[in-house]
Amino acid sequence: MVPLYWYLWLGSAVFAIGVFGFIARRNIIIMFLSIELMLNGVNISLVALSHYMQDLRGQILVFFVIAVAAAEAAIGLAIIIAMFRNRATLHADEIAGMKG
Amino acid sequence: MVEWFFGYLAGATILLSILVVLGRNPVHSVLWMLLMFLHVAGLYLLLNAEFLAATQVIVYAGAILVLFLFVVMLLNLKEEMRVRQFTGGWLFRGLIALGIIYVLRKGLEGFRVEFKGPWSIEAVERATHTKALGQVLFTDYILPFEVASLVLLVAIIGAVFLAKKRLRS
Repeated sequence: MVPLYWYLWLGSAVFAIGVFGFIARRNIIIMFLSIELMLNGVNISLVALSHYMQDLRGQILVFFVIAVAAAEAAIGLAIIIAMFRNRATLHADEIAGMKG
Repeated sequence: MVEWFFGYLAGATILLSILVVLGRNPVHSVLWMLLMFLHVAGLYLLLNAEFLAATQVIVYAGAILVLFLFVVMLLNLKEEMRVRQFTGGWLFRGLIALGIIYVLRKGLEGFRVEFKGPWSIEAVERATHTKALGQVLFTDYILPFEVASLVLLVAIIGAVFLAKKRLRS
């Protein structure tokens, strides 16, 4: 039997790698993939907790997270396409039009 | 035996996540991500969540990442691959990520599993996992389920609206 803590370690490690990718990379696609990484880290923790607490509510939450991730990917990629058409760049630092 | 499976899946998941973040070519990153999602699906199988493992493979690996691949191939990434991939001060940002791990660990230190719900492994096995999940989803969580369908509808319309070419009038 694998202890619950190993799963929580794994989940927080994947989440932290996602955070690092989001704040250290400047390519918008990689930043977007990092968000998916963070969601997956949380999902691992939720499924593990749901299994060890013998309750299905955590898995229901994972189900909704996957649904929202699908919606978010569709919207985000549409924004990226629209932005690339207007600016022809994927570098986050060059998209500063709304900076005060 | 199960520990070895877990060790392989966890190690591969972490290694592949690091490759996703460090890769220079976004196409490679997306493909590493695909492999990482399959390993996470394996972890779900270890945790007796077959339905979620299937959903992970079908929705995440099958739908979301194919969408990513399409978009990456639509865009011209030639000059993007020539610029430096990290911001300055990435070491400091790595320390922030390590700090997040530390905070999460500290927060979980006193956590003990004391609550036990009604869905033990045997109960889930008797009802089968998909049916058990459906029973909870369509009774207690029917309103969030409907809201999720609305979110998906808004996403469909929004994606079409955002990505279409503006017509010159």
